[in-house]
Formats: sequence, structure tokens, C-alpha cells
Amino acid sequence: MIWNDEFETLPREAIESLQFKRLRQTLERVNATVPFYREHFRRAGVTPEQLKSLDDLRRFPFTLKQDMRDNYPYGLFAVPLEQIVRIHASSGTTGKPTVVGYTRRDIDTWSELMARSFVAAGAHKGDVIHNAYGYGLFTGGLGAHYGAERLGASVIPMSGGNTKKQIMIMQDFGSTVLTCTPSYSLFLAESVAEMGLDIRDFKLRIGIFGAEPWSEKMRDEIEAKLNLKAIDIYGLSEILGPGVAIECNEAQNGLHMWEDHFLPEIINPDTGEVLPDGERGELVITTITKEGIPLIRYRTRDITRLIAEPCICGRTHKRIERLSGRSDDMLIIRGVNVFPSQIESILINIEGVEPHYQLIVDREENLDSLEVQVEVNERTFSDEIKVLQELSNRIRKEIKDLLGVTCKVRLVETKTITRSEGKAKRVIDNRPQL
Amino acid sequence: MKVEQISIFIENKSGRLAEVTRVLGEAGVNIRALSLADTSDFGILRLIVDKTDTAKDVLKSKGFTVNKTEVVAVEVPDRPLGLNSILQVLDASRINVEYMYAFVERCGENAVIIFRFDDTEGAIRVLTEQGVKVLVGERVYCM
Repeated sequence: MIWNDEFETLPREAIESLQFKRLRQTLERVNATVPFYREHFRRAGVTPEQLKSLDDLRRFPFTLKQDMRDNYPYGLFAVPLEQIVRIHASSGTTGKPTVVGYTRRDIDTWSELMARSFVAAGAHKGDVIHNAYGYGLFTGGLGAHYGAERLGASVIPMSGGNTKKQIMIMQDFGSTVLTCTPSYSLFLAESVAEMGLDIRDFKLRIGIFGAEPWSEKMRDEIEAKLNLKAIDIYGLSEILGPGVAIECNEAQNGLHMWEDHFLPEIINPDTGEVLPDGERGELVITTITKEGIPLIRYRTRDITRLIAEPCICGRTHKRIERLSGRSDDMLIIRGVNVFPSQIESILINIEGVEPHYQLIVDREENLDSLEVQVEVNERTFSDEIKVLQELSNRIRKEIKDLLGVTCKVRLVETKTITRSEGKAKRVIDNRPQL
Repeated sequence: MKVEQISIFIENKSGRLAEVTRVLGEAGVNIRALSLADTSDFGILRLIVDKTDTAKDVLKSKGFTVNKTEVVAVEVPDRPLGLNSILQVLDASRINVEYMYAFVERCGENAVIIFRFDDTEGAIRVLTEQGVKVLVGERVYCM
């Protein structure tokens, strides 16, 4: 099934001519309304009028996450605040979040794209959508929610956590579609088993999982344990939130990116050079319909490749291959984005603590775990246990409060964390590779 | 009237305690009393030694994190309620014990208890007033 037959199956030439028209308008609009872009384009020696074809986009400069931070909070908004009806944010690398604003039309587009995504995944009106993505500043919860309502399904706004209650509701309310992170879905599956329940007594049919990378092996496990079809969804708050790209139920092979709203490119992350379709590199996205905060050539840091071949589902939009990594040091821990530099800035703000730390990431019982190892020094050491425990509790609490991720803090002896010349090895990721 | 104690941070892994005692032994430092407080991840080893500064220096040079703190050594009659009488005095004066550990004198009838108080000066004053025998550092270092 296809939600928007007209746009989802546009012939290639029609997609590209629509993209060109919308791209040119977007460039003109940001040049006129966002001082950052006017200056950014001027420095790069480009003007919107120089865009004569889609290929000319590569002459325009990239937008980085740092640019969003530098323009915190509203500097990249292309409309006055009174036209913004919703503000979301994701945790930032120095304590300040990355802020995005949506106009009424942006929310409308987002709902449309999430409705398309639900239908591509195999959901329809009449489904009971159990939405376990977090509601709040994070885009996952509300993004999926509005799409489910647009579709006309019955949405249960569960949000995350409270696993036993989730399972009770899932069973009693007859949930047919589950939306959450892939790791949480496995945690749910195990909790179902631990509670002595049989998954065959549940009505789950489809799971739509995103916000963190996952493997085919994990997909097999989820599908077997939850007795559903597991679909991969992609999105990032800077661009929209969930619903930027999704796998179709028919092929489960690559995620269709809604090309009438987004323009994907793949670049070599080291040189910035644009790579041809099929080659693996960093995904760069330009929004071509967004009003609140249009982004030109935004570097997602996600590594993938573009698949231009037609898909058996009939959609003509290009697919991105399932993500295979990052071109920066960002960690995704239980769906939360964490940069080592964020942990570092929290540590150095705690009196006496030196930024000698290491992050150990692992997967225990299918849930990511984060251990933060911090060296004890003469300033933080005490002959009293409680003082050291207060220190580790404080570090844990600040990380939880600022980054939203629960971790274990382990105090270690001084000078036991390797000092290397140049870039320190801050992260040991023991999770199974994708 | 105060006694110097050194405390050492040690991770909860094999060989660390032995490393501390080896370093001290090779420097000719003799341990008089010790206590180990532990959590699942780390421990704090507290020592009273005959040469506090030497001990601190050699351990630091071997990469250990070491603190020097002042504690109080009290001689307690080695009989039932011996400790209790001292704790009663402290409680009445609202002085808190952060931690304590005990050892028995090699010859003699008394036990020695090392106390870490929240108010060291106050504790010494109260105990002395009540006739409790508070030991001077030199006495403890060469016991």
C-alpha cells in the first residue's frame, strides 16, 4: 500500500524537476531571511541564482552541527518566532541543545511523511499503534504520534520506560504496531518472557524501529522474539525527526527517502567531494520544503550509500542503505546521542575532577550500557568512602540530567587511563559490530 | 594528641594491596595499624606507619593517590563495655565517628582504637576532660 500515490511514485524526471524548483526557492529564501546563510554563501562566493541544475548544489557550502550551536537557539530560523508552532531540541555537545522550530506547515509535512512511513511499513487505519518513543523535546514521540493520527490509526502515547505497564497495555489494548528503539524492543521481548506471557497471545504485527543503528542479526532476533515484521526507520531532529526515510514492508531492503522533501547526497567525509550513487560515504541532506529551519547540505555524519535502482514496492524515491556507522565520534546509547566531548565538559565542571576519563560501552541483555571511568586524584580523593561515593553519584546525576543517559561511574586509580600523544582513546565500544 | 594516618586509593583488582605493602616494605616502612574500607569498585586503605612522610612519598612516586589525615588514638580498657564508655562520652557531646578501627597492644591490657571524627579537636578535648587516655602520635608510631 502507498499513502500518497501521486508523490511517492513520481517518475524520476518529475522528482528531479520538483526538487530543482523547491531547492532554488529554498536557497533564495534562506539567503533572504537567514543572516547566517547570506554570509555563508557570500564567503563561498555563491548566490542562489547560480543554481542552474541540481548538480550545482555541490558548489554550496555545508551546514554543520556546530553552525546550529553557534546560532543557538533561534539563529537559523527562517521565519519570525510567531510563525513557529513547535520547538524540539536534542542534546548538544557542550550542554546547549540543538534547537529546531516547526511552522504549522512543517508539522503538516512531518505528519504526512510519518503517515507515508507507517503505510510503507505495512500499517493502516484500524491499527493500534503503541508508541514507545519518548515524548518531549526528543522528536521521536510526537513525530510518530502525529503521523499515526494522520493515518487515522489509534495511537497509544506510551512514551518510554515503565516496561511492565507497557506490556500489560500492549496485551490488553491489542497493540498491532510497536514503535520504539530496536534495543528497547528486545528488552520488551525479554520482559514478556520473564513475566511468563506468550508473545503469540499478543496482536503485534509490525515494529518500526529507529533512533539507533541495528544489524540484520538483531532484526532476525526481534522478529523471532516479538513475532512481528521489523522495519527500519531513519530520521534526525535537525532535518525533521523520524520519517526522513523508511524501509518498505515489501522489500525491507534500504530506506526510501522522501525525495520530494529532502535532497540526499553522499560525500567523502574527508574531502567533501560528492560521490556517485552506490558509493558509501557520509549522508548529506538538504531540506527543500521546510519553513522553520531549512538546512542546506547538512552533514549528518551517518555513513551509508544511495540506492537508485527501482524498488519492488513501486516507490520511485531513492533508498539509503541501512546505516553502517558514523564519521564522527558520536555514540548512540539506548537511542540517546552522546559525544565524548559532552562527558568531558561535564567532568571538567566538577571541582577537582580532571578530564582523564574513558567511556566503556557494552551491550548487556540487549541493552546498551555506558561506564564512565574517572581517575581519582589528590583533590578528589578522601579517606572517607562516602565522599568518593558522593563524587561518583554527582557525576552520574549530572550526566543523566544533561545528556539523558544513565551510566555507571567507576573511579579508577590515577594515571591508569592511557595518555596517548594526540588523540586520546576515549571510547571502548564492546558492542557487537553491525 | 593527634595521629597521622595515610590513606591510599586502590582499585578493586588483584595485586594492588600487595603492591602497596611491597613498596612500603622496600622503603623500610613498618605498618602499625590498618583498615581497609571497600566498595564493589574500589577500596580505601588506611594505615598508621612508623614513617608517615616516607610512606607517603614512596607511594606517590609509584603512582598511588595518597592523602594524609589526622586521626585520634584512644586507649580503651580491654574489657566488656570498654568501648561503650567512650562512645557514650562522644555521643553526649554530639561528636560523630566517621570510621574507626581497633588493634590490641602487643603487651599490656588495653586495646587501641583509631577514630576519625567529624570534629577532631573537639573530640580530643571531650575525651581528655573525661579522663579517657588519648595517645600521642609518637607513642602509636613505635608501638
